[in-house]
Amino acid sequence: MSIENFIFLLYILVLASYCGFELIAKVPPTLHTPLMSGSNAISGITIVGAILCIQEGEYSKYMGMVALVFATINVVGGYAVTDRMLQMFKKKK
Amino acid sequence: MDIIIQVTYLIATILFIVGIKKLNRTQEARQGNMISAFAMLLAVVATLVKSGLITPVEILACMLLGGAIGLVWARRVEMTQMPEMVAIFNGFGGIASLFVAFSDYWTRAVEQPSMSTDTITIVSILLSVLIGGVTFSGSLTAYGKLSGKISGNAIVFNGQHALNLLLFAIAVVCGVLVAIETGSIVAMVVMGVVSLVLGILVVIPIGGADMPVVISLLNSYSGMAACTTGFVLNNSVLIVTGALVGASGIILTQIMCKAMNRSLVSVLLGGFGAKSGSGGSGPSASDMVIKEVGVEEAAMIFDSASSVIIVPGYGMAVAQAQHVVREMMDLLEGKGVDVRFAIHPVAGRMPGHMNVLLAESNVPYDKLVEMDHINDDFSNTDVVLVVGANDVVNPAARTNPASPIYEMPILNVDKARTVIVSKRSMAAGYAGIENELFGYPNCLMLFGDAKSTLTKMVGELKEL
Repeated sequence: MSIENFIFLLYILVLASYCGFELIAKVPPTLHTPLMSGSNAISGITIVGAILCIQEGEYSKYMGMVALVFATINVVGGYAVTDRMLQMFKKKK
Repeated sequence: MDIIIQVTYLIATILFIVGIKKLNRTQEARQGNMISAFAMLLAVVATLVKSGLITPVEILACMLLGGAIGLVWARRVEMTQMPEMVAIFNGFGGIASLFVAFSDYWTRAVEQPSMSTDTITIVSILLSVLIGGVTFSGSLTAYGKLSGKISGNAIVFNGQHALNLLLFAIAVVCGVLVAIETGSIVAMVVMGVVSLVLGILVVIPIGGADMPVVISLLNSYSGMAACTTGFVLNNSVLIVTGALVGASGIILTQIMCKAMNRSLVSVLLGGFGAKSGSGGSGPSASDMVIKEVGVEEAAMIFDSASSVIIVPGYGMAVAQAQHVVREMMDLLEGKGVDVRFAIHPVAGRMPGHMNVLLAESNVPYDKLVEMDHINDDFSNTDVVLVVGANDVVNPAARTNPASPIYEMPILNVDKARTVIVSKRSMAAGYAGIENELFGYPNCLMLFGDAKSTLTKMVGELKEL
C-alpha cells in the first residue's frame, strides 16, 4: 500500500468515525440494546474480507473459511435478533 | 466491472449510514435495521462478484452454515439472555477479523512469498490479529460471566496488571519482529496466542454490574477490528462501517461510565466490589431496622394508590418477572392508577436491557421513563415498587461520602410516600454495600422470589 493510499484511507477513517459519533450520540436509552446488537451485526462486515480470503491457496483458504462462518453467524444472527427485538417495541395503543 | 463493484460498495456505505441514523427513532428503528441488512447484502454480492467466484462451493457452504447457525440462535434466544448473545456475537466478529488477517498473512509469508509486503499492510495485519484476538477471548469471558459459567465476581490476583503489561510487551516485540521480517511465523503465532490470553485477563477482573461497560467496549473493539482489517485489504467499506461501530461502542461506553459515576480506567482496572463491606460509616445490616410487608398488605397499598412507579433491575431479569410486572401494570391501570417505569441507564447487564425485557412483555415503550426525566416525580408518587434493583436506588450515593458509590446518579425512590422493595433476601447489592434505603421509615420489604411474590400479589389485587 502506498503512503498516499494510506493517508486517503486515514481520511476515510477519521470522517467515518466523526460521522458515527454524530449519528449515535442522540440514540434514546430505550434503543441502546437494539443499537448494540444492530451495530454488532454491522461489524460482521468482516464477511467481505473473509470472502476475499477464500481464493486459491491452502491454509490461507481454510482460515478464510473459518472467518466466513463466524462472520456470517455474526451478520445473520445479529440482524435477525435485532429485528426480533425491534418488533416488540410498541407504542401504547 | 470494477467500477460497478466500487459504486455498489459506495451505495452500501450510504445505506449503512442511513440505517444507523434511523436507529435513532423508535418508530423507524426496525426499518433502519432492514436497510442496514440490505446494505450488508449489497456489500456481500459485490464482493462475491469481485472475488471472481473461483471457489463458489466453499463460500456457499460456509455462508449457509453460518447463516443457519445465526438464524436458529437468533430465533431461540430468550430476551433475558440478550447480553450473553451480544457478547458472543461481538466475539465472533473479532475472531473473524483475526482469521482474515491471519489468512492474508499466510498468503504473504508462506504461500506467495514473492508478493511484496509493505510496512503499512503488515502493521494493519498485526493490529487486526491483536484487536480481533482480544475481542474474541474477552467476549467469550464476558459471555461466561454473564451466563454464570464462570464467576460473575471480579477475579483479582497479585501482579495482575504487571502480567497484562508483560504480555502486551511480548505482543509488541513479536509485532516488531514480524514487521522487520514478514516470514517470522513463530513470532506471529505467539502474538496471536498472547492476544487471546490478554483478552481473558482484561475481562476477568471486571465484576458483573460493570458488564454494561465491558459489552459496550467490546462492541467498539469488534468495530475497530473490522476497521483494521479494512486497512489490510485496502477496502473502504470495511473501514467506514468498522469506524461507525467503533464510534457507537465508545459512545455507549461513555454513557454507561457516566451513569455509574466511574471512569473507564477504573472499570478496566477492575476489582470493584471485590473488597466489599467497607461501606464506610453507613448503618450496617445489624443496626438497621427493616419493616417487612406481606403480599396481601402490599396489594392493598397498591390498590389505594393513585400513582405508582416501578423500578426494575437485574433481579427482575433473573426472576423472569417482567410478564407478571406487566400484568400488574394492566390491573392497576384498570383501577385508574397512573403507572410508569423508571429506568436507570445501568439497570441490568447491558445498555437498555430493561427496556428490551419490558418491551417483550408488551409494556408500551412510552411508559418507560429515563432517570433524568422521572427523578423529580418521585416526591409526588404514592408507591414505588423496586423489583430486583439495589445499588441504583441506594440513597448512600447522595448522602454518604464514604460509600464506594457516592455521587453515582441514582433514582430517588426514597422521596416517594411509600417504597416497596421486592427482593429475595437482605443480601447486599453488587457493590457489596448495605442499602440504607431498606432501613428508611417509608420503606417496606417484600421478601421472596420476585416472580412468585408478585404473582401472588396480582392474585390479591384481582380480588380487591
